[in-house]
Amino acid sequence: MIARLTDGLPPRALALLAAFAAVMAAAPFFASDYVLSVLIISLYFAFVGQAWNLMLGFAGQLSLGHALFVGIGAYTSAALFTHFGVSPWVGVVAAVALSTLMGCVIGYLGFRFSIRGVYFALLTIAFAEFTGIMVDNNAWLGGSAGLFLPVKNAGSIDLLNLRGPPVLFYYMILILTGAALLLCRLLLNSKLGLYWQAIRDDQEAAEAAGVPLFRYKMIAVAISSALTGVAGVWYAFYYNNLFPESTFATGRSIELILGTVVGGVGTLFGPILGALILTPLGELLTELTSGLQIDGIKTFFWGFCVVAIVLFRPSGVWPWLAGLLKLDRSTGGDGR
Amino acid sequence: MIAGAPRSASLKVEGLTRRFSGLTAVDYVSFEVPPGAIHALIGPNGAGKTTTFNMIAGALKPTSGDVSLDGHSLVGMRPDEICRAGVGRTFQVVRPFNAITVIDNVAVGALSWTSDMAAARRYALDMLELLGLADKRNALPGSITLPDRKCLEVARALATKPKLLLLDEVMAGLRPTETDRMVATFRRLNKETGVTIVLIEHVMRAVMALSHHVVVLNYGKVIAQGTPEQVTRNPDVLACYLGAEELS
Repeated sequence: MIARLTDGLPPRALALLAAFAAVMAAAPFFASDYVLSVLIISLYFAFVGQAWNLMLGFAGQLSLGHALFVGIGAYTSAALFTHFGVSPWVGVVAAVALSTLMGCVIGYLGFRFSIRGVYFALLTIAFAEFTGIMVDNNAWLGGSAGLFLPVKNAGSIDLLNLRGPPVLFYYMILILTGAALLLCRLLLNSKLGLYWQAIRDDQEAAEAAGVPLFRYKMIAVAISSALTGVAGVWYAFYYNNLFPESTFATGRSIELILGTVVGGVGTLFGPILGALILTPLGELLTELTSGLQIDGIKTFFWGFCVVAIVLFRPSGVWPWLAGLLKLDRSTGGDGR
Repeated sequence: MIAGAPRSASLKVEGLTRRFSGLTAVDYVSFEVPPGAIHALIGPNGAGKTTTFNMIAGALKPTSGDVSLDGHSLVGMRPDEICRAGVGRTFQVVRPFNAITVIDNVAVGALSWTSDMAAARRYALDMLELLGLADKRNALPGSITLPDRKCLEVARALATKPKLLLLDEVMAGLRPTETDRMVATFRRLNKETGVTIVLIEHVMRAVMALSHHVVVLNYGKVIAQGTPEQVTRNPDVLACYLGAEELS
């Protein structure tokens, strides 16, 4: 298991990864509350980006509605918690089951009826949008007024109900991001991963070489939506409030994937790097221009970043940086 | 070096027809390939050769007619099922997986009969050695030459351990020496494993050297079949395809 994880990685890549993990693990001890909150959001985007990347970057299926799975995970666990007092550790099971089911429904429709490429992406957007509208009109889920999780004295840590200070959520999302990275590395170097990449590169040729397209695409959507559902649970308990329009909107889905697009679609470390570049820069810009009252400056900046990436580093920052650090050609825990 | 047990299958194509809105691309084509034989499918451009291949491999549904492998009909099966039933194919225009290495391209084929990645890569390496590509195993397909990519296409199809190998113009664009090497490889493969081969080919040098039997298509119909010698003397074939010039 360990050997399979590290196999083919140059020692310097492992050393850098270990150093990076150590810095991230120690961050709460020296970072201010503000920096910590930015890191928390960055890691959230890294985690969801990793889940989304599994679908597009590995298996070649473009989803522009991943906010849907975040929303389903978030609303399921939050509703169970607020209405019935169900612990998020139990709620996460239901949340993942529902978001995976939704992913499989979309996948089934798309893959069974050969809806490909942008049309598949439109299907994912449609599902996200109409689920948002349904939640908007559902009183039990708080409707457009929002769903609020009861906040108890914020100082103490209640692990069972995930009530606690930001540092608790920092470590949770850090562990999730690390676990997703390891999972993706294992998957990518397995039969599953190789089949996904074959489908991504040429689906007809893959099929002729014995790859059952439908089954392997479905597995990709299922794993991706399940992971994203987990992120939703974390999101609900970190923010304590959920609004349909800000949860399911297409803008949200786009925001979730920008980091990965900048970091490098199809790479293992791209989602993490991209999120750690884009989110802090966006937050910094918002902070610097807070006196100027410029609406949407962050969105504008992100748009600028994507255009710059598409023009100058179309395969993302990570492949370029990995080359610079001489980590490329390692097919690795942080390479291609 | 050619791994695996002997494998062979008979192919029977009966009344195979495919119409594309008014145009009959393949018109009641029938032929039979006994196990272990090498057959060539020749004919001018647009004669329906690749369409016939696509129907055998399941990429295209026949309008009517039947294809059977060892007596079992393949019609209605998905391409990946037909692959696992023992039909390996190459594409006329090479279709490598561009973002993965040469050896992993071939390993994808081997994963149709094993789930063990190490075993798949080992077998892939055997296939690469067979086709003289082993030294390029860690390259990306985009960085190797077109003849090498043609070999890669063949290696991937071979890695699926086919009983029937469909080769769609794998020798087009190769230099005569490369053609001869490829011909020698297929001959050896056929002799050692017994694999049945059907090839579409315009390179008559390869057709004459390899095939036991030739089927000639024109406008979707079989206009002649027989041994290479018989076919090349057939006046209809000379008129529509080969021309009157001397064959090399």
